[in-house]
Amino acid sequence: MVVKGWRRSGDRLVGTLQHNEAVLLRGLVTQIREILAARLAESPVDELSAITGIRPGPSTPPRDRVLARLLPDFNQDDPELAGVLRSLHEPELIEAKDGVAAVVLRTCPPEGGKIRLTMAESEAWLSALNDIRLALGTVLEVTEDMPDRLPESDPRAPHLDVYQWLTFVQDSLVHAVSAQ
Amino acid sequence: MTSPVELERPAVDQVGVEDRPWVAIVWNDPVNLMSYVTYVLQKLFGYNREVATRLMLDVHHKGRAAVSSGDKDKIEADVARLHAAGLWATMQRQS
Repeated sequence: MVVKGWRRSGDRLVGTLQHNEAVLLRGLVTQIREILAARLAESPVDELSAITGIRPGPSTPPRDRVLARLLPDFNQDDPELAGVLRSLHEPELIEAKDGVAAVVLRTCPPEGGKIRLTMAESEAWLSALNDIRLALGTVLEVTEDMPDRLPESDPRAPHLDVYQWLTFVQDSLVHAVSAQ
Repeated sequence: MTSPVELERPAVDQVGVEDRPWVAIVWNDPVNLMSYVTYVLQKLFGYNREVATRLMLDVHHKGRAAVSSGDKDKIEADVARLHAAGLWATMQRQS
């Protein structure tokens, strides 16, 4: 993957992941699903929601900074409006993010190897890869002028390498998807 | 909305505020790739590459850009789709 990246083959997008890369990617995607599921569990289904199927989400942003970045506020000026819109949209946003994560788990073989994606699957991969980069970038406190590599003495160094690898995988897939 | 104070305001001001359209704002952040932001703007709004690239560069250089405008329901849906794509987006009344 590091050498070649994604390419188009007919109406498919083709890439190859090493075994360790596939294990790493699946682990990260699974972690995203778990933190989203934990957020969803914070607003339990009450009796009324069970009958109507309408399940309002929480009206306050997550305290956890990773979740807060994955599930941003709709409005910065009016906390009341932001709360109403969050309550309305957050459950479906979590569902969307869980859905794209599930596509990656379904299409990325645990042992690695060649991966062939439809356009719809590729779009799901792009969103899922972005969610992982948002999560890692938030924890690593990535900035625009951060060097590509940190000194080995920096405890963040190996994690930044993972982040940079994900950046390459995502950027390469964007270009392959966009190529006509 | 039901307080007497609200009722005492000149009706024309109320109409003016209600008529102002909403805009979806995308904010700069250090994680999202320039290539990905351009791709998302093309995919979600049907912009051609030139328009999407210009908006992306506005986000990158100016810190933010209004990427769509319309009534509240439309912009609410636009921001929801931008969040699903992982962009940092908010909505506000056009100033």
